[in-house]
Amino acid sequence: MTDHILRMSGITKTFPGVKALQDVTLSVRRGEIHAICGENGAGKSTLMKVLSGVYPHGTYEGEITFEGEKCAFGSIRDSEHAGIVIIHQELALSPQLSIAENIFLGNERAKRGLIDWNRTNFEAAQLMERVGLRENPTTVVTDIGVGKQQLVEIAKALSKEVKLLILDEPTAALNDDDSAHLLDLLRGLRESGITCVIISHKLNEVIAIADSVTIIRDGRTIETLDMAGDGVSEDRIISGMVGRALDSRFPPHQPTIGEEALRIEDWTVYSPSQPGRKVVDGASLNVRRGEIVGLAGLMGAGRTELAMSVFGRTYGVHISGKIFKNGRPVEIRSVQDAIKHGLAYATEDRKRYGLNLIEDIKRNISAAGLSGLSRRGFVDEHEEYRVAEGFHKSMNIKAPSVSSVVGKLSGGNQQKVVLSKWILTEPDVLILDEPTRGIDVGAKYEIYTIINRLADEGKAVLVISSELPELLGLCDRVYALCEGRITGELPREEATQERLMHLMTKGQE
Amino acid sequence: MSSITPAEVKVGAKGGPEGPRRPGQVSLGGLSLNLRASGIYIAFALIVALFWVLTDGALLQPQNISNIIVQNSYVLILAIGMILVIIAGHIDLSVGSVVAVTGALAAVLMVNMGLPWPLALLITVVAGGLIGAWQGYWIAYFGIPAFIVTLAGMLLFRALTMTVLGNQGIGPFPDQVRTLANGFTSGYLGNIGLGPLGGADLFSLLIGVTAIAGMVASQWRSRAARAGYGQVVEPMAMFVLKMAAGAGLILFLVVQLARFNNLPWVLVLLAILVLAYSLMANRTVFGRQIYAIGGNLQAAVMSGVKVKKVVFWIFVNMGVLSAIAGIIFAGRLNQAGPTAGNSFELDAIAAAFIGGAAVQGGVGKVVGALTGGLIMAVINNGMSLIGSPSERVMLVKGAVLLAAVAFDVWTKRRAGAAG
Repeated sequence: MTDHILRMSGITKTFPGVKALQDVTLSVRRGEIHAICGENGAGKSTLMKVLSGVYPHGTYEGEITFEGEKCAFGSIRDSEHAGIVIIHQELALSPQLSIAENIFLGNERAKRGLIDWNRTNFEAAQLMERVGLRENPTTVVTDIGVGKQQLVEIAKALSKEVKLLILDEPTAALNDDDSAHLLDLLRGLRESGITCVIISHKLNEVIAIADSVTIIRDGRTIETLDMAGDGVSEDRIISGMVGRALDSRFPPHQPTIGEEALRIEDWTVYSPSQPGRKVVDGASLNVRRGEIVGLAGLMGAGRTELAMSVFGRTYGVHISGKIFKNGRPVEIRSVQDAIKHGLAYATEDRKRYGLNLIEDIKRNISAAGLSGLSRRGFVDEHEEYRVAEGFHKSMNIKAPSVSSVVGKLSGGNQQKVVLSKWILTEPDVLILDEPTRGIDVGAKYEIYTIINRLADEGKAVLVISSELPELLGLCDRVYALCEGRITGELPREEATQERLMHLMTKGQE
Repeated sequence: MSSITPAEVKVGAKGGPEGPRRPGQVSLGGLSLNLRASGIYIAFALIVALFWVLTDGALLQPQNISNIIVQNSYVLILAIGMILVIIAGHIDLSVGSVVAVTGALAAVLMVNMGLPWPLALLITVVAGGLIGAWQGYWIAYFGIPAFIVTLAGMLLFRALTMTVLGNQGIGPFPDQVRTLANGFTSGYLGNIGLGPLGGADLFSLLIGVTAIAGMVASQWRSRAARAGYGQVVEPMAMFVLKMAAGAGLILFLVVQLARFNNLPWVLVLLAILVLAYSLMANRTVFGRQIYAIGGNLQAAVMSGVKVKKVVFWIFVNMGVLSAIAGIIFAGRLNQAGPTAGNSFELDAIAAAFIGGAAVQGGVGKVVGALTGGLIMAVINNGMSLIGSPSERVMLVKGAVLLAAVAFDVWTKRRAGAAG
């Protein structure tokens, strides 16, 4: 008989009006890496919150057996005590504390109420060695990159003598190098007997690392696949997640390319936090009407910084270079200028830069185009409603009405609200930064369809994405960015993942 | 405008059940009620009812209603400005001192320098705006947190008050200013008999009836327009009920006041301010931008909102309203004193939070702040009518403030848990 470290059975969790989980079953074998896959809103995170005691025992139905014992966790503390540690997508580190302090936060190495700093730093160094983090334990966490912060989280988990480590989208914010390192680390942990559960949208990683995969859809367990036996492919997992075979991840598109809409020449931007560091270095690119152009680059290559500095200088200092709109040079010194010149920028971080989460759909849609909906300073609320209702239907935003609060929507629907907001400003050029980040497979297809439609209407679209298949499937032309410099440009026919990756890493050879 | 049609975007991916009923929402036979939004009005009604019973009806006697309004008008005016500051995610601790310094300025201009009162009032209001501009500059353009700038302002303008006044009160004010602060509209049209209620001022009654007609007409038009645009409107019965309740309330207030001593001028002023600022907050681009900034500052920046400019003008506005409150307070006491406006900032802030403003900003209503201010006013007045000592009044006000914010946080947490 297989040795299961964790069995969750018949888990049902209800929120007012919604059944988030319905009779979910999850069995995790000791010492394996178990992936959980599902669309956004399928219930993965809710399930993990039930397991880790965020939703205490009694607020859900069903049974959890861990290490052969029935569990009734009343809080995260209880589950951590049992050896279950969860690392959330948004890291929970205290930015101004050192690595060592963060590792032992809430679990301080103290003697008679006073912290033993030597022991703290010594033990931190040992844990850091174990996760392959080469930094000084006293370094402040803000000074290290996201990839390393992730390692600090894992070191923190190890300090608690973890038996079951849960990682929610651990590589979502990491570049390929850091991701690869993290996956290696997980393999190492597996060898040392730690069981891991990872929630991931990146199916190639799931294939690479997981021993078994449980697929959840609409709050129910669909199936658990054994990766060793079944020869599971990405498409196999996707069809389980969406409940149907996906013929194509990208809608077909025949571009009609017109005149040049936007050209950037010799664009250089310096970092506001590290004086003298060029974040964007002499970049030149152009986008034509009806064309979808991709911008590929690893994390830290300067993609978002390039876009934001162009969009009204919202990032960077000592910006130099020229912007041409429809062939004529323009000065864009503020977001207002950018909007006036027909530019739109949909951010990679919807929740931080894109949406007012406590406000409803219609007011979010009108946020950037309010002047077009108002006369003499007064907003025409009926027109605003009509416009919002139009987007509600045309963008297929899944919400009961345009008065629904945006914070309650799923990632895909929030992204549709962001796109609606910018379409309302009637831009000629749309810069879409990670338009499908954190969005489930079905909604991605919808977003791609919308992007194609925008191009067909004669708009120029610049898409920034970390996912190379996305750029290859969507774009007519792709630029590669490496360490702030444009290192190459490939038309659709010539672009391959290998060639792009080569260009994106040029500076590192 | 884009012309993406539904046919183009058709994908079978099924989303989860979207849009669960909002928590804190109670359904009563088809009429749903958002507790978080309307809790404050229910609380107000309950508090009024409670003190009405406790004071054997004295609370709602004509003269007492008039007292409540006149005695609290300056805090209510401050609360209107404060709610905008708080919605934008800031705070203003200086308004009490600004009330004092503008009152002192008005006194010096009118009493010591003998300027005509309309000119003196104009200069005072402009001075209030300049004080707001001073603070708005440091907050919006220099980037110092409002808490610090206005804490400094609280000390600076108190010091300035004492300097201007030479540590003594200045008065008396011209009659016109006193009338504005403390007086009543004259009985332009004489009295009318109201049967068992006795005589009442016809002019006041006419104003009340006009107000009711205006309210019903504008609400009806808005409802019809919304229905015309295919929006969901409340059922007719609910609409009639709401209008009847609103009309009844205004009628009751006006009849009581007309029976006593006509309408207080400050009530007229307050009504105008509340209407104008509600309209500003809900309907203008500027008002929308205040909510956008408070809801998500960075998203507002990235949507092209001129955040610095908006914040600057919010503080200018706060300065102007503080000056108006300063004039009315000084006029009511018939003297500008060095301790005028002490702790008014706390009353105004409390009114805004009791009235449903969120601590993080982005949420709040002008009418809510007014109701919050009235809740405190009724508690003050009612408790003093039943002879409670002032320490007990303070205790109750503190508890109400804490409870109101706790309720807000609680409903938000429940909303978060369901999301």
